[in-house]
Amino acid sequence: MSEQATRTEHDVLVIGAGGAGLRAAIEASARGARVGLVCKSLLGKAHTVMAEGGMAAAMANVDDRDNWRVHFTDTMRGGQYLNNPRMAELHAKEAPDRVRELEAWGAVFDRTRDGRILQRNFGGHRYPRLAHVGDRTGLEMIRTLQDHGIHQGIDIFMECTVTTLLKQGDRVVGAFGYDRERGRFRVFGAGAVVLATGGIGRAYKITSNSWEYTGDGHSLAYHAGADLIDMEFVQFHPTGMVWPPSVRGILVTEGVRGEGGVLRNSQGRRFMFDDIPPLYANQTAKDEEEGWRYVTGDKNANRPPELLTRDHVARCIVREVREGRGSPHGGVFLDIAWIKQRIPNAAEHIRKKLPSMYHQFKELAGVDITQEPMEVGPTTHYVMGGVRVDGDTQMSTVPGLFAAGEVAAGLHGANRLGGNSLSDLVVFGKRAGEHAAAWAKSHGTIAIPDDQVQEAIRSTLAPIDEGGGENPYLVQQDLQELMQEKVGIVRNAAEMSAALDGLAALKARAAKAQATINREYNPSWHTALDLRNLLTVSEAVALSALDRRESRGAHFREDYPDKDVAHGGHNSVIRKAPDGSMQLHREPCPPMTDEQKALVKEMG
Amino acid sequence: MAESRRVTFRISRGDGARTELVDYTTEVTPGMVVLDAVHQIQAESAPDLACRWNCKAGKCGSCSAEINGRPRLMCMTRLGDLDLDMPVIVEPMRAFPRIRDLVTDVSWNYRVKKRIKPFTPRPPDAPDGSWRMVQADVDRVQEFRKCIECFLCQNVCHVLRDHHKHEEFAGPRHMVYVAALEMHPLDTQDRLGDLKDADGIGYCNITKCCTKVCPEHITITDNAIIPLKERVADEFYDPLTRLFRIFRPRRAADR
Ligand code: SF4
Ligand code: SF4
Ligand code: FES
Repeated sequence: MSEQATRTEHDVLVIGAGGAGLRAAIEASARGARVGLVCKSLLGKAHTVMAEGGMAAAMANVDDRDNWRVHFTDTMRGGQYLNNPRMAELHAKEAPDRVRELEAWGAVFDRTRDGRILQRNFGGHRYPRLAHVGDRTGLEMIRTLQDHGIHQGIDIFMECTVTTLLKQGDRVVGAFGYDRERGRFRVFGAGAVVLATGGIGRAYKITSNSWEYTGDGHSLAYHAGADLIDMEFVQFHPTGMVWPPSVRGILVTEGVRGEGGVLRNSQGRRFMFDDIPPLYANQTAKDEEEGWRYVTGDKNANRPPELLTRDHVARCIVREVREGRGSPHGGVFLDIAWIKQRIPNAAEHIRKKLPSMYHQFKELAGVDITQEPMEVGPTTHYVMGGVRVDGDTQMSTVPGLFAAGEVAAGLHGANRLGGNSLSDLVVFGKRAGEHAAAWAKSHGTIAIPDDQVQEAIRSTLAPIDEGGGENPYLVQQDLQELMQEKVGIVRNAAEMSAALDGLAALKARAAKAQATINREYNPSWHTALDLRNLLTVSEAVALSALDRRESRGAHFREDYPDKDVAHGGHNSVIRKAPDGSMQLHREPCPPMTDEQKALVKEMG
Repeated sequence: MAESRRVTFRISRGDGARTELVDYTTEVTPGMVVLDAVHQIQAESAPDLACRWNCKAGKCGSCSAEINGRPRLMCMTRLGDLDLDMPVIVEPMRAFPRIRDLVTDVSWNYRVKKRIKPFTPRPPDAPDGSWRMVQADVDRVQEFRKCIECFLCQNVCHVLRDHHKHEEFAGPRHMVYVAALEMHPLDTQDRLGDLKDADGIGYCNITKCCTKVCPEHITITDNAIIPLKERVADEFYDPLTRLFRIFRPRRAADR
């Protein structure tokens, strides 16, 4: 029986419909391209909805000392100077326009007293910089882009998974996928393809990420021959829920700390004061009093240590727990209720500023955060690494293949600052859409050969037709445990080598993953297919992490606890070798311009 | 529920044509939600059990279902709050056609939204392209913009669920959407005619069932639908307003 695939053709095909994908599709469409937008879920459900804290943009609405230069240096410092400086500069310069554009499309941000967009404090940002809507900024962004995007003539393919990129020579000419609802195959011919598939968090057991985060774009790009960089840098957000077990990993926004929430250990001590990294010493509050002044808007105060970068806070929490000062369920305490000692109507204020946190704890843990502390611990949150792109155009090392948002690498270096993700999505989503449209216009589309399609169909049906009896859910669980244990927050060579062996064994099991026969909305089939991507990205993370013999940003090696100042300034580059094996090499980071260097020196 | 125990889940399986309730028993631990149990059953004994989910935190609105007959988000329904001595019945939303098991075809909602006139702002207030709005005006709209498009309100509204007026009535979710647009301080579009005709606001007889199920606690009926009904009435049925419109055909700016 010959299998059929429905063919469509677009100038630009965008894969992924979170903030970056939607923004790219809107831009490409505005530039006259015929645009197809593929999303793995229903429209508007992508992981962007989970973003809580806000969107960093140096608009200087709250503190007029802010400008793109400060934002640029904050981003570089946070990324421990492994960032692509061109991207960090473009991001800092263009984010304010992207925020205002969202407002023009209907977003309703919280306001300052004089009616402008309000901005809040966040870890690693020198001034209050995050435009926000309570603690549901991501929902506001995705809904705004969705409601605007549906009127731009974009063809939207909901609940459709792309399994392969199709190439002609060097160039990407389309993609192959299947619709989840009915299991029918689709071939998307395209002049240019934009990957906007998000991250890889499902490779870990404790994660804030949704099921979609299986590293699809990373894996698609890798197998199409594109470079991946910085894959060792996985961000563990310091505050996820830890109890009850079934909600472990669900995010607790950094906004809680931005509003004055403090971290305490079981002895009641604010342990974050005990370990302040030298790079931030002159920007951190000396005592609790100064920290409180900062969160309440005193421009002369420095930030409390709870708002240090995420990698550092996460490691301090791990230390407290390991040394026996943790909370009953293996986390530490995050207390916002204490602000009632400082302000009247504290409970009401908390509910107003952090409404979804209030509900989340009330409904899932039975905890009233206006009265009691929360228990929190680190959770896998974000991958800084991803597809290597050109800073201006977002094109990968494969012609015609672009990437934007979490799947792309470069902006965040070794560690992402909170709030720099939502702005990343729209700044580089727009750029990717613009340049993909231009590229498609000058290169046109190419007919896709049928043999490639037949091969893609065979491979996609393998778990149904050729499965070897392995339960895909169990393989996935074992993979998640392996990565959590051996390539987690604190790493060493022995464990990571063991992880690579473990991954090889899991790859053999995944090849035998068995799905049941039906194709309509069959999660066993979907899980079996997702496994391939998860294994590819897990290997890339482990390989890069093993090779980086230093601690920097989100990557912490207990066998190399210090930053290697002499050799550290490199990016790890992952590429698929002609024999199909995964290869890694180091490259020096892209250099800063003289102007950028001067800025870093001045504000560093 | 302090200890783990075995619990039976009676899950509706099948496609549009043929459906049945199938019992699955699984071990549940404290703090688990219905979605956890469904996932556990997938991994243990029903690999192709279809359900939608994304965030597992009540933020994406994907996992809507009927649990013991009540429309809920599976990820926000704690097992500890249910009677576990009886089988826990899990069924798909009933107002939408079933695709498979717990997954329904909700595409109608996307079509309805698309025909609603989009946001149309007044010219910017400041040269940098920005606007000024005060928080008090924004609060009202922000309530509506909390909507996670779970479509549970659509599922319970009798106009859709029992009377199948999908062609005539846009449903409470889209009343909330129109309210967010109409009460947006910057919007200049007029949707009152559409509300009356295409969206069929008159079909709503204010039973408030939608408000009761909204997981975001949006006061759908009182804050969105009733004010919209009043605006429609003012616009089309109040003789004074009609007279006034002869002289001032554009909608008043204070709306
Ligand atoms: S109040 Fe109106 S919209 Fe809501 S359920 Fe009742 S009839 Fe439907
Ligand atoms: S209004 Fe409430 S119930 Fe209706 S779709 Fe939105 S969140 Fe769900
Ligand atoms: S999974 Fe997102 S609301 Fe339940």
